[in-house]
Amino acid sequence: MAINYSIPEFEIVRNTDRCIGCRACERQCANEVHYYDPDLGKMMADDTKCVNCHRCVSICPTRALKIVKNNDTLRENANWTSENILEIYKQAATGGVLLSSMGNPKPLPVYWDKILINASQVTNPPIDPLREPMETKTFLGKKPEKIERDKDGKIVNNLSSQLELQVPIMFSAMSFGSISKNAHESLARAASELGTYYNTGEGGLHKDFYQYGPNTIVQVASGRFGVHKEYLEAGAAIEIKMGQGAKPGIGGHLPGTKSIGEVASTRMIPEGSDAISPAPHHDIYSIEDLRQLVYSLKEATEYKKPIIVKIAAVHNVAAIASGIARGGADIIAIDGFRGGTGAAPTRIRDNVGIPIELALASVDERLRQEGIRGQVSIVVGGSIRNSADVVKAIALGADAVYIGSAACIAMGCHQCRSCHMAKCNWGIATQRPDLVKRLNPDIASKNLVNLVSAWNHEIKEIMGGMGINSIESLKGNRLMLRGVGLTQKELDILGIKHAGE
Amino acid sequence: MKRIYVNEQWCLGCHLCEYNCAFANTNSENKCRENDMAKALKNKVINPRIRIEEKDDIHFAVSCRHCEDPLCVKGCIAGALSIVDGVINIDQDKCVGCYTCILSCPYGAIMPADSGSVIQKCELCTKNSCGEPACVKGCPNNAIVFEER
Amino acid sequence: MLKEGEIRIPSGCAISGIFSKSGKPLSGRSIIDSIATMHDRSNGLGGGFAGYGIYPQYKDAYAFHIFYDNTESRLQCEKFLDAHFDVINLSKIPTKKVASITNEPIIMRYFVNPLHNKLKESQLDEDEFTVQCVIKVNTTIDGAYVFSSGKNMGVFKAVGYPEDVGEFYRLDEYEGYCWTAHGRYPTNTPGWWGGAHPFAMLDYSIVHNGEISSYDANRRFVEMFGYKCTLLTDTEVITYIIDYLHRKQKLTLTEVAEVIAAPFWDTINSKSEEDKKRLTYLRNAFSSLLITGPFSILLGYDGGLMALNDRLKLRSMVVGEKDDMVYIASEECAIRVIEPNLDKLWSPKGGEPVIVTLEEGLR
Repeated sequence: MAINYSIPEFEIVRNTDRCIGCRACERQCANEVHYYDPDLGKMMADDTKCVNCHRCVSICPTRALKIVKNNDTLRENANWTSENILEIYKQAATGGVLLSSMGNPKPLPVYWDKILINASQVTNPPIDPLREPMETKTFLGKKPEKIERDKDGKIVNNLSSQLELQVPIMFSAMSFGSISKNAHESLARAASELGTYYNTGEGGLHKDFYQYGPNTIVQVASGRFGVHKEYLEAGAAIEIKMGQGAKPGIGGHLPGTKSIGEVASTRMIPEGSDAISPAPHHDIYSIEDLRQLVYSLKEATEYKKPIIVKIAAVHNVAAIASGIARGGADIIAIDGFRGGTGAAPTRIRDNVGIPIELALASVDERLRQEGIRGQVSIVVGGSIRNSADVVKAIALGADAVYIGSAACIAMGCHQCRSCHMAKCNWGIATQRPDLVKRLNPDIASKNLVNLVSAWNHEIKEIMGGMGINSIESLKGNRLMLRGVGLTQKELDILGIKHAGE
Repeated sequence: MKRIYVNEQWCLGCHLCEYNCAFANTNSENKCRENDMAKALKNKVINPRIRIEEKDDIHFAVSCRHCEDPLCVKGCIAGALSIVDGVINIDQDKCVGCYTCILSCPYGAIMPADSGSVIQKCELCTKNSCGEPACVKGCPNNAIVFEER
Repeated sequence: MLKEGEIRIPSGCAISGIFSKSGKPLSGRSIIDSIATMHDRSNGLGGGFAGYGIYPQYKDAYAFHIFYDNTESRLQCEKFLDAHFDVINLSKIPTKKVASITNEPIIMRYFVNPLHNKLKESQLDEDEFTVQCVIKVNTTIDGAYVFSSGKNMGVFKAVGYPEDVGEFYRLDEYEGYCWTAHGRYPTNTPGWWGGAHPFAMLDYSIVHNGEISSYDANRRFVEMFGYKCTLLTDTEVITYIIDYLHRKQKLTLTEVAEVIAAPFWDTINSKSEEDKKRLTYLRNAFSSLLITGPFSILLGYDGGLMALNDRLKLRSMVVGEKDDMVYIASEECAIRVIEPNLDKLWSPKGGEPVIVTLEEGLR
């Protein structure tokens, strides 16, 4: 056997004074890191298998464990970093494409952190959300261009179908298959309780979850898995997925090992077969083809459901969005380059796409320049991390946001970025029954409701500080934002001034 | 009456309930749970009042169900077992260690105490400073619940 | 310092309005007396008036009031006007020297009608044609600024305290059925004549007290429909919003109020089914035109006056009535000083529009 050059990324540090040998860590580690050595009479660990998911740390009743970065170092080199070298070793040994999960972890600029929010002083009073109404209800969908009246002069409701959100936050697409049934149930139940929506992703809709249809967005992606009439009719809206922020231009691949049981039946594919979503939709090679699919879906559902088109934030995103708006979509979802995924080629995840902040700013501005911003709503995702990000996104011009990674984290995800290994110790990104049962939807849905409610409280506080008492007055209100440490070009694209101006 | 119920669907077989039970019934001051638990249980073989039954992928915890018509109380020859507000209590001062209750409990929820000369059983943490039963509080997946049914 | 249009300038203010429902001609004297009472609510950096029914002899022509920085801008603008309008009459607006009013620009008045062939060529209606011409002048001709463009109405404004501005423009020599006035308390302008209020577009004129927090959301939305917010003031954007909703979308003024000072969802949900449907529709369809933050506005228009507060009523505003007269002002004293014996005096609720119009047949 050739020499294995890899070095463990992490080191498990066990405080033997605290360890009582309950072996909970051993039982809870799907990667089989921990074990009890009867000869030594103590717990041991195999560092090479550890992904740093923190399940053992969280569950240890005596806090005897910590996971640290392995400080075994290759010779330091700012160009040939350990990461670069170790990845080469891996590829040299396997000949394979490197796979990763979740969002881009590279130290690229996070524009949210370079944008600051305004507050009222003296000339205009801040509003206290504990004393005055503070509204975050949002409607998504096409707005009418002209008022129509009936013969009595009453205004006719000529709005096309809309989505009504009590909070401007939705759960983004994560398929049943990429995440577990319990994770789906948690999202569905939380969305219902919050008065918002979750998204099936491209995995179909499990029969048990049709009851949450009024709070479900059903996705139609390039593989068309799980798509049938009842499915389309079950949701409140239909999302056509053209791309994903984590892997623009790349399709999806659910390995046969995951396409088992209900995952396969929900996708309507034979058990054990690989579920491959092609990179393009093979019936959409151009914008006019997209328009046909938009209208096919509208016809199929009698114009009762708004159609969302989801795209990855890429260089030409503004022009693409304009085309989509004119293509009949009611809502455009834009996914930034930090968006998460269950599995993506590492090089794609880390190098393709653009930041959502810039994409959003340019799309919103472009649609306004063309006078068609009212024809579509904009939803953005791709690493919305907290309520301040939500406020900044809406002030830049979004109608609402999608959260995926944040939702997973609320359910217990520790961002170990090992979803593609299908052994999620938190019961989220796995189909192994013994792991899936670790995610109790009673707990996880509550956590999701808590998270979104907490953010909503914070959004209200921030809005109140600005003297704004309804979310619609925040939308596109870029004067409420200032940049810090940004170049003039960046400020111009974001359409904001520098702090102090 | 509130009782401990176990939902097999959510039991992960992590055995933490056993350790929490064992810890709750030591004389720890409970200043810092993690430190005190290490101090209380380090190098000990625990003898908890709740036990995980398991085979293959099936796990569930078993502890006294506080039956309304309990065989253990009926069979106790020393008057050590009694029902107080629905909770089946053991008075270890009265217990003679005959193990009749152990043999008569259909659930196997009664076991000898460490000394072997008396028995022990779940008393819903009414005799320690735990408040809500420790197994319930410490269960990471809501598999053990304390509720009215 | 940067002037209006180069930077957004918040301001506090005083407003006052007088309206005769029977169409009685009222001289500009009483509105000057009214606004003078609230002297402390302005800081001398802007004052202005709008009068309705003041040009009966030219009531079918658009009356343009224009500021020019110099004769060059005047020549350039007049060339533009001649190319697009039939100029029936032009004159300097009569003024008199007032010690506190200085640095006056050239102030001209034109009564114009769109040239028939130009109008036809543009495929627009008369009003829209005129609006676009006004926007063109204000955005492209340096040093020229059209600050009044309605029919049978006029705006008079300057840098100074409003009572001095009234004297400067000799308003006691005009007579109209409706007057509004504004005293300005801007926080960071050097004071620019064009930046004073009222802001007007066609026959809509707005005086406003407040600082809206929804400004950029409103501005960026309304600019999609051909408006250019060149002054970056609240008054300007509110005028455009009302023009868009009332003139272009043909909403009634009550419906306009239901959009810009929309009731809270809780209130909407407590209404009758029909009201609920209408209010939900309007709030959803025009969500970006909801105005939040403090404002009290007086909207003058041909034949009517609307007063409206923000939905939380973060700015004072009272209404008084006496016989056929309606008085609206930031403070009660500004009403009492011109009409001490009111039949009725009340403070409208936040978001509740007060609309007064000329009696039937008077327009």
